[in-house]
Amino acid sequence: MNVHGWGKYPVIDAEVSAPSMLAHLRDLLTPGTDKRLTPRGFGRSYGDSSLGKTMVSTIRLNHMLDFDQKSGVLHCQSGVPLADILKVFVPRGWFLPVTPGTKYVTVGGAIASDVHGKNHHVDGCFCDHVLFLELLTGNGEVVRCSLQEQSGLFHATCGGMGLTGMVLTAAIQLKSIKSACIDQVTYKAAGLDESLEQFEQHADEPYSVAWIDCISGGRALGRSLLMTGRHASEGESWAHRDSRITMPFDMPAILLNPFSIKVFNMFYYHKVRHRETRVSVHYEPFFYPLDRIGNWNRMYGKSGFIQYQFVVPKEAGKKAMKSILKVIAGSRKGSFLAVLKAFGPCNNNLLSFPVEGYTLALDFAFNADVFPLLDRLDAMVLDYGGKLYLTKDARMSGTTFRQSYPQWEAFQKIRDACGSLHRFTSLQSHRLGLDE
Amino acid sequence: MKNILIIGATSAIADAVARKLVERGGRFYLLARNTERLAVIASDLAVRGATEVEVSTFDANDTVSHQGCLEKAHTWLGTINIAFIAHGTLGDQKEYEVNVECALREIQTNAVSTISLLTRLANIIESQGHGTIAVISSVAGDRGRPSNYVYGTAKAAVTTFCEGLRARLYKKGAHVLTIKPGIVRTPMTDGFEAPEILIADPEAVAQDIVRGIEKKKDTVYTPWYWKYIMMGIIHIPGFLFKKINI
Repeated sequence: MNVHGWGKYPVIDAEVSAPSMLAHLRDLLTPGTDKRLTPRGFGRSYGDSSLGKTMVSTIRLNHMLDFDQKSGVLHCQSGVPLADILKVFVPRGWFLPVTPGTKYVTVGGAIASDVHGKNHHVDGCFCDHVLFLELLTGNGEVVRCSLQEQSGLFHATCGGMGLTGMVLTAAIQLKSIKSACIDQVTYKAAGLDESLEQFEQHADEPYSVAWIDCISGGRALGRSLLMTGRHASEGESWAHRDSRITMPFDMPAILLNPFSIKVFNMFYYHKVRHRETRVSVHYEPFFYPLDRIGNWNRMYGKSGFIQYQFVVPKEAGKKAMKSILKVIAGSRKGSFLAVLKAFGPCNNNLLSFPVEGYTLALDFAFNADVFPLLDRLDAMVLDYGGKLYLTKDARMSGTTFRQSYPQWEAFQKIRDACGSLHRFTSLQSHRLGLDE
Repeated sequence: MKNILIIGATSAIADAVARKLVERGGRFYLLARNTERLAVIASDLAVRGATEVEVSTFDANDTVSHQGCLEKAHTWLGTINIAFIAHGTLGDQKEYEVNVECALREIQTNAVSTISLLTRLANIIESQGHGTIAVISSVAGDRGRPSNYVYGTAKAAVTTFCEGLRARLYKKGAHVLTIKPGIVRTPMTDGFEAPEILIADPEAVAQDIVRGIEKKKDTVYTPWYWKYIMMGIIHIPGFLFKKINI
C-alpha cells in the first residue's frame, strides 16, 4: 500500500503490519528473516523517518499498563496516543510534561523524536520525563533502559528515530495541574529584534512560542505574535473532545500562492489589536490549534509540502535569524504559520534536536524549485553552527547530517551493539548514510 | 454504576467498546482465550477508570464449559447490566470449499458457540428483568455471497437467533442488540482487499455500538452507510445475483 509521512512527500509502496502482541513482533525478527523493519506510530513525522519497505506500526500496542495516582507516573505501551493520555488524566489533574503541537502522536513516536514543546526552555524535551522504557532490539531481546540502566542505549533511543529498535513501553512522569485552562498572554512585536527580546523578557513563563511572518520584508521582517502561557490555578477540568471537522480532499495547490499567504499573514497579525492581550483559554486551542482540522496537511494540495525546522545556537542568534529570514522572505516561498521558539539547554541524547538558541519551523508547498532554496538555507544554518530537525526532514544530505550531528558515530556503535544496525532502518537512515 | 460482561474481550472491536464504556467507570468481567492480551486489556481498563476488572480465560468452542464460565462471571458481577459478545473468526472461503472440517469449525465458532452463550445468558438476564445483550453479527449475514457464504451462514444464524431472542426478552424488560459491522480495521481483516474508504476504524464502530446500547436499538449497521449498501444487495433479484461476483 502507498504510505507517506505527514508532509505527503515522499510516498512509497510498503508492506505495513500492526502486531498486537510481543510474540508477533518477535516473529518479525526471527533469525533467518533478514527484513529491515521501520517502526512507525501515527506517522506524524513530516518526511521519511517512518517510511521503509517493511513497516511495523505500534498502533495496536495502545494500552495503558499502570498509573500511580500519588506520584503521577504512567506506564503505558508505545502506541498510546498523547490525546488518550490527556483524555484520561486531565480530569484527574494531570497533564503531559511536554507536548508537541499535535496530540495525535504516539508515546513511542514522541520518544523516537524526543519531541519538544512550548516549555522547552524550562522543562526540556519529552524524554527528560521518561523514567524508563522497554526496547525490542534487533537481537530480539527486550531491554529495559533508563538514565541508570543501559544508559547508553537510553540516550541513543531517545531521539533515535526508531533506529535502535522498537519502543514497547515507557514510564512517563506526568505533571500536576489545577485546571485544564491556560492563562495566555499575547505580545505583539513589530520586527525581529523586538521578537527575540520578548523571548528574553518572558523567559520565566513556562510556555512560550511565537508566530512569525516569513513573507514581509523590510522593517516588518520578522514581526511576530508571542504567546506565553501558564496553567491556570482554577477553572474547568474537562479534557478536549476530538474534532469532527476534517479536510475531506486535497485542496487545489493554486489556492496557496504568495498573494493569499500575504493576505493571511496580514490578517493574522492585525487581528491582534493591542500590544498585550490577556485571556484564559482551554489547553486545546493553546497547544493544538491545528488539531481542530483533521488532515490539515491536505491544505497543501496533492503533492504535499516540506516542513523545514532548524535551530541556531544562541551566540549566533539575532544575526543568524536575520540573515536566514531575509533569504526566506526574499524567496516568497515561505508559507503561513512559521513558528519561532527559544530553546533552553540541550540534553544528553545523541540525536536530540534542541540546543540552546532559536528555532524556526515553516512549511514550503512541495515543488522542485524549493530544493535549491533549502540547500542554500542548509548551508547558512550549518555556517552558524545550527542543525535541522530529523522529524521534519525529508531531503537533507548525509554530509549535512554528519556535520551537524557530531555524535552520530557513537549512535551507530550503540545501534550495532544491540543488533539493530541492519534491522531497524528507514528511508531517512538510508539517505543519511546510517545503514552502512 | 454498570456491571459489564465482555466475551471475546481481546478482539479489537471489544477493546474499543470497553474503552468507550469505561469513560463512565463500571465493573468489568472479561472473557477471552489469550491470557497475555487479556491481562494487558484488564490493566488498561483499570488505568482508564474501571472500578474493578476481573478476567478469566475461556475457549468459545468448548461449549460445555460455557455454563461454568457464565456462572462465575454472574457471581462476580452480581447483576449483569451489559453483556457484549464479540468473539469470532474470519477464515478463507476458498479453504472452506475444499475442507469441510474447517468450514464446520467456522460455523461452530461464529454461530454454535454464540448460540450456546446466548441461550445461557438469556436465562440470567430474563430472571433479572433488565439488562442488555449486545451481539456482533455481520453484514455478511444479510445475504449469501459467493465470496463469503460460510462466514455469512454463521452470522445469518446469529442474526435470526437474536431477532427471536429479542422478542422473547422484550416482554421481560430486557434488551437484545444485533450489531452488523461492515469491514473494520482489525487483525481479523488484515490483508483483506477493499477500497480504503469502506474500511472503518474500531473506534468509530465502538461509538456506534455504545450509542446502540444506550438507545436500545434493535439492529445497528456500523458505519451507518452499510445499511444502504446491504439494502441494495438484498434487493438484487436472485436470477441476477447468481451471475455476479461479490
